[in-house]
Amino acid sequence: MKLRSALLGAAACFAFAPAAMAERGADGEVKIIYYQAVSGLNAYISSGTKDIEAGSLVLEPLAGFDEKGDLFPRLAAEIPTLDNGGISADLTTITWKLKPGLVWSDGTPVTSADVKFTWEYCTHPEGGCAQSAKYEGIKSIDTPDDLTVVITFNGPKPYPYQPFTGATSPILQKAQFEPCLGAAAAGCSEQNSKPIGTGPFVVTDFKVNDVVTYAANPNYRDPAKPAFAKVTLKGGGDALAAASAVMETGEFDYAWNTQINPEQQAAMADAGKGVFVNGFGTLVERIEVNLTDPSPSLPEGERSTIKHPHPFLSDVNVRKALSMAIDRQALVDVGYGNAGRPTCNVVPAPEAYASDNTECLKQDIEGAKALLEAAGWTDSDGDGIRDKDGRKLSILYQTTVNPVRQDFQALIKGWWNEIGVEVELKSIDPGVFFGGDAGSPDTFQKFYADVEMFANNFDGTDPEPYMAQYLCSKIPGPDNQWQGENINRFCDPAYDAKQQELSRTADPATRAQMVKDLNDMITKNGHVSIPLVDRGRLSAHSNSLAGVVLNTWDTELWNIQDWSRAK
Amino acid sequence: MVAACVLGFLIVFVLVGPLIWRIDPNFIEPDTAKMFKLRNKPPSLAHPMGTDQLGRDMLARMMFGGRVSLAVGLVAMFVAIFIGTAVGVMAGFFRRLDGILMRLTDLFLALPLLPLLLVLMMLFRDPVARTLGPRFGTFLLIVLAIGVTSWMSASRVVRGEVLALKEREYVLAARSIGLPNRRIILRHILPNVLSPVLVAATLGIAGAIITESVLSFLGLGFPPDFPTWGRLLYDGIAEIRSYPERVIWPGLAISLTVLSVNYIGDGLRDALDPRIRGR
Amino acid sequence: MFNYFIRRLLAAVPTLLLISFVIFLVVDLAPGSPMSEIPLTVPPDVRQKMIEAMGADKPMLVRYVIWLLQFFVVETGWAIQNLTGWGVIDAITPAMQKVMRLLLNSETYEFTGQRIISWQSKVPVFQIIGERLPQTLTVVGTAYLIGVLIALPIGIYSAYRQYSWFDQGGTFFSMVGYSVPTFFTGNVLILIFAIRLGWFPTIYDTNLSVTDWASFKAFVRQMALPVTVLALFNAAEISRYTRSSVLENLGQDYVRTARAKGMGEGKVVLAHVLRNSLIPVVTIVALGVPTIFGGAIVTEQIFKINGIGAALIGAINVSDLPTVQTVTFIFAVLIVLFNLIADILYGILDPRIRYD
Repeated sequence: MKLRSALLGAAACFAFAPAAMAERGADGEVKIIYYQAVSGLNAYISSGTKDIEAGSLVLEPLAGFDEKGDLFPRLAAEIPTLDNGGISADLTTITWKLKPGLVWSDGTPVTSADVKFTWEYCTHPEGGCAQSAKYEGIKSIDTPDDLTVVITFNGPKPYPYQPFTGATSPILQKAQFEPCLGAAAAGCSEQNSKPIGTGPFVVTDFKVNDVVTYAANPNYRDPAKPAFAKVTLKGGGDALAAASAVMETGEFDYAWNTQINPEQQAAMADAGKGVFVNGFGTLVERIEVNLTDPSPSLPEGERSTIKHPHPFLSDVNVRKALSMAIDRQALVDVGYGNAGRPTCNVVPAPEAYASDNTECLKQDIEGAKALLEAAGWTDSDGDGIRDKDGRKLSILYQTTVNPVRQDFQALIKGWWNEIGVEVELKSIDPGVFFGGDAGSPDTFQKFYADVEMFANNFDGTDPEPYMAQYLCSKIPGPDNQWQGENINRFCDPAYDAKQQELSRTADPATRAQMVKDLNDMITKNGHVSIPLVDRGRLSAHSNSLAGVVLNTWDTELWNIQDWSRAK
Repeated sequence: MVAACVLGFLIVFVLVGPLIWRIDPNFIEPDTAKMFKLRNKPPSLAHPMGTDQLGRDMLARMMFGGRVSLAVGLVAMFVAIFIGTAVGVMAGFFRRLDGILMRLTDLFLALPLLPLLLVLMMLFRDPVARTLGPRFGTFLLIVLAIGVTSWMSASRVVRGEVLALKEREYVLAARSIGLPNRRIILRHILPNVLSPVLVAATLGIAGAIITESVLSFLGLGFPPDFPTWGRLLYDGIAEIRSYPERVIWPGLAISLTVLSVNYIGDGLRDALDPRIRGR
Repeated sequence: MFNYFIRRLLAAVPTLLLISFVIFLVVDLAPGSPMSEIPLTVPPDVRQKMIEAMGADKPMLVRYVIWLLQFFVVETGWAIQNLTGWGVIDAITPAMQKVMRLLLNSETYEFTGQRIISWQSKVPVFQIIGERLPQTLTVVGTAYLIGVLIALPIGIYSAYRQYSWFDQGGTFFSMVGYSVPTFFTGNVLILIFAIRLGWFPTIYDTNLSVTDWASFKAFVRQMALPVTVLALFNAAEISRYTRSSVLENLGQDYVRTARAKGMGEGKVVLAHVLRNSLIPVVTIVALGVPTIFGGAIVTEQIFKINGIGAALIGAINVSDLPTVQTVTFIFAVLIVLFNLIADILYGILDPRIRYD
């Protein structure tokens, strides 16, 4: 087994980066910049993607996702499936086998007890674990021997790969984190900032919200890797400055998520010190339509609740016309360039789940006008704004403060004015908008506006929990402190039924078809969500850095053990 | 004199300009093919200051934005100076008020500006907008918010001066002939604190214009499609590599305003101070 | 004067308590939540659990009292324990446990010397301040010192030669320095000197420690641009006040008297006029010194310095109340202290000013 993996590793080196045939640590230091600074390295009490990715150099899950979104074993010996007997026929258990001979960076062996402990750590009721949704539905975890982990679910689990896969769900060392269970989790700052892991690097120094310094893990399972002896992961600034530090001044080797507009991309690329890499995941910039009435004249507690349907957006023709008036390709060209592409779906990927819904891609202003006209929305008083029964098509359009989004607002306002819809714009501080503070009128859940624009995605490759966001039961309102993911207040029994069916279906092809149907119900047929841009990931690396493969399904630093200095 | 002309020109530019240059500052060509041809144009006859990244006319945006920036800058400065001078004179002149007023100043100095502004806007935006209308309500709230959060240094400076002034012979003399406090303050104290107040005022205008842009930037000020000089400057910074003129126009306008107000302040002081006039 | 000083120090305690409460109130009322940075893929019930684990769901007053206890008892206890080695924390544990159980209405709470922990990073706030202070003090402190050192001579000479070319130049320079915001000057300097010419780095390295000549050069290079921007800004403000105040005093009778009795111009200006002109300057400098601790939010962000200012704005953005409250409160203490120092300096500069 050991020989095989060593051979495989050697083969991988040979195939991908011949220059990396060096010994561990031969290539010195690699400098990475994240414009959002790292605040902790433990994914379970983290506050965002950047923390999870910074932790992924150290902590690893049983399996990760590769650049195509396929699972590959990290600490596990292989991926359990129905065929190899790793998943029971009734879909209630999954059995993972650890690679034999694995050790933590402190030299002690990795055992199944560590895996079980991780589950206990994250599901402790007082711990406030950020990833506890990954462990939902687990009845028990058994460890028949040191290398075997058997997860038993409460019922059949068509997609059993939620726990312990991807950088959001890594394995912690039991010996280190044992004193950190429950309420003690937040107090364990030493453990949280210097976790002991199995990954290619270990943390040597951590300055909160500033810089993390790593050194190669002397006990990493592949003796020839990583090629770099030291990693510096700096945080701070903005996407433009991060891109500039790689592309223009060459101070850094890799910049994460350098989301800048196409002209800036071109100017940076001209400097010639690095290249941009891009890839597409599931992040979709969309306009969400409010199906309830947000009018400020309603009493507090009834605004934007299902008590009052929206006076005109509850008419599907109006929603469809709004969607038809938008030129999505123009939005991409203005805001994202290579890092975006127009889309009509809220589930744009993985390929198997993406509906072939393309009719919205072509802007049709005349068609939108005709549709409104036919639906009875005419400009009866000649002020340029369509109306019906005394209700004007006048829209409050909100989003977060962000230069690209403000450009989108201005463009879309122009197109909507063109079809006779009056638009008022509003931009909100992202901390307030996404904060979900029930006391603030400006959160995206309260939705005190007619339409709002933001981006959303799902974790990993399984869209089932994402599709569940549009269930009737998830409508936010005053009775649940406005906590709910169905911000459109969409409620369709047919949708709920189909979603229930999805959660019981195991066959991948049927699941894929069901996800497509659900996607079409809220986009193509219902126009409840108006998808705009499939936002890719744009990162930059210097010309001298070899081995970078951009991955949008897992941590971007997923293969840092294969990175090397180009000779 | 030159300064007054420059400021006068700026005011005419923003007030009368839009009546002559009748392009809507927010107009975007709805036909996208045409829109793309109009983007990021350098200055030309059709667009004397060029166009921005969505093909909007920069000259129209500068005129429209100047109205807001000048109004906010001047009014907020007056609010701040009025509060600052009043508090400073009271604290410096009346010993009994000194403790409490200066502790109030300490409090305002210590409060973190951003959360304070967020709270002010959250509490008052909707009620004010309902009673005064959204446009004027937002304007008033922004002006008051900036004024209320930037009077402290003026009040500290004025108080320090008043502490020294009130022990001067002429004030003691005025007091000894039984002049009431109100008259002493108006006739003897206020004219003599004028020069630091004028400095605070000129510095305050620049501060107010920039603070307004920060407010808009945070989504607390005017709607996102409402250009102001500060916001144009912010937006321009990101494009400074390719289109430096985008930063130069608003930067120039703000600097000119501040410079001319400063010179007017200098002139005003010279005119009002008989001793300096003789030199 | 000494009595006055002691009295003011004592009066500062209730003032600071009141200030700390108002800050807490404002920060707590501000819209936004510590969950704003958590990706949308984390469902609402998990978010609720995370808020409970932070203790952010407790009533405002309870959280305020806990913060007070942590700041004045626990953190002070840790500070004493680390300095002297006395077992302060063990000594206060039984009492703290009792109080905290009462406050939290929980019978199971175990007090183990919990410090003020940042909600965002789960690290003690004082550790963050300790990590951030060096770069803030070096950059902002140096800039302030340089600013004062160039502002005073410029201000004095501008006033002495009012409307000379030097004065016009100085006025123009300082007003441009002040009217153009630091985010503009900073970005222009970075574009020209760091990106086009490559003389300076664009990103500040906080791990750099000065050990030899090469690292000292690197240190100076990364400080050069932010210090220039900040010094220009500070110098502009201070020189304006100096100029106006000196100008005011040059016209006074005592100056004529001094000149009439044949005193040299240098002595007239530096000994008589300057001393009398310093009151507004002292005020402005006393207002400015606490901001050295508070950091320069915009400049720190542009030059990626990651000092206290960056920490504060980062904490405000994610509603990290313990961090915002603690940093702001220390800032408030410094403001009160330096305003007191300014008041004392007034008395020294102008003996006629009396406070009793």
